[in-house]
Amino acid sequence: MAHYEFDMPVTEEQIRKLRINDTVTLHQTLYGIRDATQIHMFDHNRKTRFDMRGHAVVHTAPNVKWVGETEAHPSGYAPICIGTTTSARMERFTRPLMEQYGVRIIIGKGGLFAASAKAFADLGGVYLAIIGGTAALETTWIEQIEEVDLDDLNPESLWKFRIKGFGPLLVAMDSHGGSLYTAVNTAAKDQRAGVLAALGVKS
Amino acid sequence: MKVDLKQVEEASKELYIRALKMLPPDIKAGFQRLDRAETNATGKAILGTMIRNITVAEDNTNLLCQDTGIPIYNVVIGSGIEVDGHALKQAIISGCTRATQEHPLRSSVVHPTTRKNLHTSGGRHVPVINIDFSAQAETLSIEMIPKGSGSENNSWLKMAIPADGIDAIKTFVIDCVLEAGGKSCPPVIVGVGVGGTADLCVHLSKVAATRPLGSQCDDPEGATLEAELGAVVNKLGVGAQGLGGDSTAFAVHVETAATHITMNPVAVNMQCHSARRARATFTPQGLTYGY
Repeated sequence: MAHYEFDMPVTEEQIRKLRINDTVTLHQTLYGIRDATQIHMFDHNRKTRFDMRGHAVVHTAPNVKWVGETEAHPSGYAPICIGTTTSARMERFTRPLMEQYGVRIIIGKGGLFAASAKAFADLGGVYLAIIGGTAALETTWIEQIEEVDLDDLNPESLWKFRIKGFGPLLVAMDSHGGSLYTAVNTAAKDQRAGVLAALGVKS
Repeated sequence: MKVDLKQVEEASKELYIRALKMLPPDIKAGFQRLDRAETNATGKAILGTMIRNITVAEDNTNLLCQDTGIPIYNVVIGSGIEVDGHALKQAIISGCTRATQEHPLRSSVVHPTTRKNLHTSGGRHVPVINIDFSAQAETLSIEMIPKGSGSENNSWLKMAIPADGIDAIKTFVIDCVLEAGGKSCPPVIVGVGVGGTADLCVHLSKVAATRPLGSQCDDPEGATLEAELGAVVNKLGVGAQGLGGDSTAFAVHVETAATHITMNPVAVNMQCHSARRARATFTPQGLTYGY
C-alpha cells in the first residue's frame, strides 16, 4: 500500500502504477460532473470547451452561491458545500469519458461495475473512493471554482475546481482488474446463508 | 391555540437549514458505538473521517452532505390546535423555498420527465408534507427530513404471499442490504415496512428509516423482528461505504400495519449515515427547536 501525491493532469504510466488499497491525494485541478452533464454530453452530443485529458472527475453537483465574477471567484460562483454522489448511476459513461475526453481518474462513492473495470484496464484509468456524506470536509479541499461550462444544467454543470490536497482517496478499482467492491460483495454474498440460518429462515 | 402561520413559514425555512447542518445526538452516539466495535482497518478509518466531518460541519456551520435531498415535512397537529390546513401547507412550502433561495441551498428537485429544476427544492407534490393528528394538547410539531437520494434510490417493495410467511420478510431485508451495498452510503438505518397496502407499506419503511436510533417499534412483534435483524445485519460484512467491515448498519427499524388476509407485503427504505432530521414544536409557551 503506497501513497501518491498527483499534480494534475497525470500520465497513463502514473495511473498504471496504482494498485487497490493505495492512496492518492490530488492537487491543482479537478472537474465536477454528474448524471445530467453526461446525459447531455454523450446522449445529446453536447461538447465542452474544457480539455480534460489526463484529468480527474468527481461525481458531484455542488451547493454554490452566485457572487459575480471577481478575482477570488473567476467563475462567478462561490463554493458552499461540495460533496460526492453515488457513482453507480453513471456506469455507462466511464468508457466514453475516457475515450472521447481522455479522463484518467474517476472519483466517486459506492463504486462502479464490470464495464468500468474493463475501461480502466483497456485505457489506463482508476476509480478513487471518497467517503460519501463527508462534504463539509471535502469542501475544505477546494480552493475555488475556476470555471463552469454547460451551466444551463446547474447544479449539474461541468465544474472546474482548483484544489489543494484533495484526499487522501482510496484506490478502489485499478487498471489491472482489481476492485475492492467486487471482493467485498463476493464475501458478503458468502455470508448470506449463515445470516439467514441465524434468523431461523428455512432454506 | 391559534397557530401563527408567519412563524410556521420561518420555522419551515430554519428547519431545512438546521437539519442539513446538525446531526441529531442519537446518530452521533450511533457513530461512537460503531467506531468502538469496528475491527476492520479500512472501516475504522472511514468511520473516523465521517465523525471528523460532523465536527467540520459544526465548526464551519456548513452542510454535512452536499445532497439537500427531497424535503419532507411531517406535521402532527395536537388537540386544541386551530389552523387553516391549506394555509399551513402553503406556509411550509414558502419556508422551504426561502431556505433554498436565501441560504442558498442546491435545489435537488426536478420534474420527473422534463428534468427541469425550479430552484425552489419544490415542484408537483414536493416538498412532501405528511399531516397527522395526536391527542397531545395544544401542541403542533413539524419534523423536517432532507431525504438524500443515495439512500432513497435503494428502496424496494415485495408483495410476498401469506404462504411465504415471516421468512420471506427476513430474506427480503437481507437481500436488499446486499443489493444496496455501498450505494446507500452505509452505515445505514435499514427501514422496514411490514403489512398494510402497497403504498402504506412503503410509507412505513420510510417512517422506520427516519426514526431516532434507540427507539423501538411499538408493536411487540415488530420490535422482536427489528431486534433479530439488527443482531445479524452487520455480520454480512458490507461495511462502511461498502468497503468491508462491521459497520453496515446502525440498526434495523421495523414499522407494521394490519394487512389483507391474502397479502404479506414488505418494503425496505434505507437512510444513509447522514441521517438528518430537525423538529420544531409550537406550544402556548412558544416555539422550540430540537430533533
